[in-house]
Order: sequence, then C-alpha cells, then structure tokens
Amino acid sequence: MAGVLLLLFVLQFILPAYHHSTFSKIMVLASYAMGFNILLGYTGLMSLGHAMFFSTGMYATGISVYHFGYTGIPALGIGVLCTVLVSMLLGLVALRTSGVSFLIVTLMFGQAVFLSILYFDQFTLGQDGFTLTKELEPLVLGNASYSYTDPTFKYNAAWFLFALSLVITNILILSPIGRVLIAIRENEERTQMLGYNTYLYKLFAMTLSGALSGLAGSVHALLFSYVGATFAEIHHSIAPLLWTLLGGVGTTLGPLLGTGIMHYLIDFTSGWTSAYLLIVGAILVLLVIGAPQGLMGLVRQKRFPWLP
Amino acid sequence: MLVWFEDNVALLFLALLDGTVTAFVLALIALGLSLVFGVMRVVNVAHGEFFMLGAVLAWACFHFTGNMPLLGFLLALIVAPVLVGGLAMLSDRFILHRIQYNPESTIVATIGLLYIIQQLVLSFFGPEARPVEAPIYFRVQFPWFGYSGYKLIVAVLSGFLLLLTWFLMVRSKLGLYMRATQQDAEIAQTFGVPTRSVYSKVFAIGAGLAALAGVLVVPIRQADYLMGLEPLLLSFIVVIIGGLGSLRGTLVAAFIVGISDGFISVFYEPTLAKMLATVLVAAVLIVKPTGLFGEEPG
Repeated sequence: MAGVLLLLFVLQFILPAYHHSTFSKIMVLASYAMGFNILLGYTGLMSLGHAMFFSTGMYATGISVYHFGYTGIPALGIGVLCTVLVSMLLGLVALRTSGVSFLIVTLMFGQAVFLSILYFDQFTLGQDGFTLTKELEPLVLGNASYSYTDPTFKYNAAWFLFALSLVITNILILSPIGRVLIAIRENEERTQMLGYNTYLYKLFAMTLSGALSGLAGSVHALLFSYVGATFAEIHHSIAPLLWTLLGGVGTTLGPLLGTGIMHYLIDFTSGWTSAYLLIVGAILVLLVIGAPQGLMGLVRQKRFPWLP
Repeated sequence: MLVWFEDNVALLFLALLDGTVTAFVLALIALGLSLVFGVMRVVNVAHGEFFMLGAVLAWACFHFTGNMPLLGFLLALIVAPVLVGGLAMLSDRFILHRIQYNPESTIVATIGLLYIIQQLVLSFFGPEARPVEAPIYFRVQFPWFGYSGYKLIVAVLSGFLLLLTWFLMVRSKLGLYMRATQQDAEIAQTFGVPTRSVYSKVFAIGAGLAALAGVLVVPIRQADYLMGLEPLLLSFIVVIIGGLGSLRGTLVAAFIVGISDGFISVFYEPTLAKMLATVLVAAVLIVKPTGLFGEEPG
C-alpha cells in the first residue's frame, strides 16, 4: 500500500502532460469510489445515489467560493460539513430499508438532488454549471502561495486526497468498527443477535462513506474548477459502482485500479465509437457473470489472501 | 376558496384526466416490474429500456405501414411485446440464470443491459426524438376544452391489459405457478412447478407489459432512446410506496403517484412533481418501511 502511494507520487515526475492531468483526475475520482466502497464493499450496502454526496460537496464548495467568496480551505470545510449532514439525514431515512429497497431509495434521492440542482438554478446555474477559476484565490500555506490551476499542485493535492482516503479506509477496516461492518455485510441478523446495534453502525458507515465522497467532490470542484449538474446524474452514481466492481469490491486498492482502467478504456473506445457506454454495459454484464470480486479480488483470491 | 375552485375547474379537470391516463400507463409499467420482483425476487433496472424498445418498435411499425397509422398501431401491439418479451427471455437465460438470480448481481447485470440496449438503439435509431401519429384522432369535447380522444383510449386499453393480467394471474395455470413461486420457490419446485421456465416467462411478461405501455404512449410523446429513464424512476417510486411484492399495492400506488403527478405538473412544474414524489416515498418509508401493502419476502 505504501508502495502504491510512493509509486503514484513518483509518477508525477515522469508522466507526460496529458497523462499527468488524467492521473490527477483519476486519483480524485478514485477517492470518490473509495467512499462508495466503504458502503458497498465493507458494509454490504449498495447505493445508487452516491452522486448526491459527491455533488453536495462539489456544489457546497463551489457555491461558497462563487457566491460568497470564500477561499479554498474554508470552502472545502463547508463542503464536507454539508455532505456529512446530508449523508446522516439520508441514512436516517434510507437505512430503515435494506437490500433492494435501500437501492431504490438511494437512487431516487440521488435523482431528487439532481432535480433540485436544476430547479434552484438561481444559485446553481442549473444545467450549465459554473467555473471557479476567476473567483478562487490561490491557496496560501505558510509562506508559499499555490495556484489551484498549477498542474503540479493539482497532482499533489489529488495524491494527498487519495492517500488520505487510503489511510482512512485501511484504519477503518482494521479497526473494531470495521470488523463489525464486515460482520454486518456477511450476516446482519447474526450480528444483531450478538448484541450490536447494526443500525448505528450502518449509519456511521453511511456518513463516513458520504463524507469521503463529498470530500472528493469538493476537491474536484477546487482542482478542476467546473461545477455542473452532470455530476449529480444517475450515471455519475453508477460510475463508482462500475469502477469498484471492476477493480475489486471489498478491497482497498480496487477502486483505484477500476477507476484508472475504466478511464483509459473509455478514452480508447471513444476514439472509434460514440456508443462507448455499450462497452461499459457489456463489461458490467461480463464482470458480474465471470468475476464478481473484480480484478483485485481475483488477485487476492489466487495469490495474496492477506490483501485488505 | 370556492371562487378559486370555480375559476380553476377546467384546470382541475384537465389535471384529473391527464393524471388518470398517466396512472393507468404507469400501473402497466410498474406492474411488470413488480411481477418480476414478486416472483423472481430481482430488480430489473433495464425495465425502462423495455418500455423504450416498445416505443421504438412501434415507431418502426408505423414507418413500415406508411400511411395507415391504425394498421401500424395494431401491428405494433403484436410485434413489440413479442420481440421485447423474446429479448427478455434471452436475457434471463443467458445472464440472469447464470448469476443465479443473486439480487445484487442482477442489479449490476441489468444496469449493464440498460446501457447495452440504450446504446444499440442510439446507434440504429439515432439520438433524435421521432414522433408517431396517433392511430385514431378525435377530440372529446368537454365544456371547457377539447381533449385528445386517443389519450382516453390509452387509459381504457391499459385498464383492459391490467384486467387481462389479473385474469392470467388468477385463472390460468401459469398464473398459479407464478403465485406459487412467489410464495415459496423451493416448496413450489418440490410440488413440480417448473420454476426455471416460470422465471423466463415472468420476465418476458414483465418486459412485454412495459413494451405495450411504450406502444400505447408513443403517439402521445415522441420516441427517443433516453425515454426509459423517467418511467423507470416513477415505477421504482410506485413499487416502493406500494410495497415490493404486492401487486395490489403497486396498482394503488400507481394511481396515487399518477394522479398527484398530473395535478402538480399542471399547477406547478413537472420537476417539482418528481421531487415531491420522492418526498412522498420518504414519508411512507418513515412510517411503514415495507410500503403500504408490503410484505417481508420469504
């Protein structure tokens, strides 16, 4: 794990410009997927509405900067705070259901958030979205001032976010709380019978998962400037599911792998067809028939059983 | 208050009519979803795409019969459910059966199916919305406005199809098999119910119902490759509110959602109507997590 982080850190000095920025984006989105993975891979709850957490973070941060003139770090804080609130509220309602109902409820609330973004377009500028480049002042850390648009800064900020997500995820699953979550995933009734209040644990997982996704959204807004409604659409909720599944659900490095592979795959196939989603769909079907544990899951199964 | 009523009685009536038509069509679509969940215990996220396929195939039939919309309509009523049902059966055989109807895997697989169907239609049909002529055109004259007669026919036909389905469930052997499998698939199997073939047929019937709804609706709204998403979401709302696994609940909820959607869309905005439907779901879930008529499966 430390190896992966080191590798990613070093890569920024080697990669050509295009891949450099792609990698930055991949790392931010991988953090989004890792947030998602906390809920799916480790607690066993599949949500189809995670775009609402991502976009809450994104819009909260974006609106703070755009309309109220906050600088980067406070806006980030606001983004996370709002997302924590939203995920807790959602958890309170949605966790009364499980399995299929939970999925549908999260799907719908995700859609409702998307519709609200369009409806309140005086603040959110609806479908078009807005960019932050003008309003966002450079970050001041100590004596140095970093511009958000500087590629090196972007890469390192993304790397930092990713490292943070990796660390949080690892600490979580190795902790007692994480063990309970895995127990809930395996057999919730039995965990309940052992005396654990599964509802509280699930609420915690949901809040953490949402917060991490929202953090990714906030960072995305700051680093890539564009805040738009497309990030709240259903497809953006299905995306982390796809990435996590491909990379390996229930593994820590899976989301990164899946996000990376999918990005390059889509890049590649967009070259010769506009219906690249067809490939995505086919991959989903094949994955679920042949390799439901994903690539890292396969690796873990065949060779390295100790991988988290 | 009464004055407002008088002034707005035309709008109210229009909302009621529109809402009723929506409710009937929604009931048809949601019923398909609900049947599949009740008997097979899986959620078909591609259900909206079956609806879309029905509409697109209807367009093709109309196109094929040239100047005779009525003929095209009748042709579509037969061709669409058969083709879409066939596709559904194939999906069941090659995908769903392979993953043993595992709920999570099915969701992912049907999402994949959704993308595949959507993009194939995009490739062959194109991204534009294409209009289809109504097979019968007449206006029913109410004191305040003329209303499209075809829309009323849609409601009547949907109602007829719903009755037909009910009849199938209650009187036929397949219906008996379906109800038995819904109650307890394992025990049904030990009694000699061919569950595997029942699953295929149910999936096909569910898809066929959605396709029929698509055929009925396409003259009212145009056919485009993205039209499956909205009915999918609405059906989900209906099925949750009504209670997963309860057919009666689905029907009741379809009417609640359809008519309120009609009212809010006429008096306010369609976007608001969708948002309110979601809030309604939240309200129902807080009070009764299994939905209005829901039962715990198994």
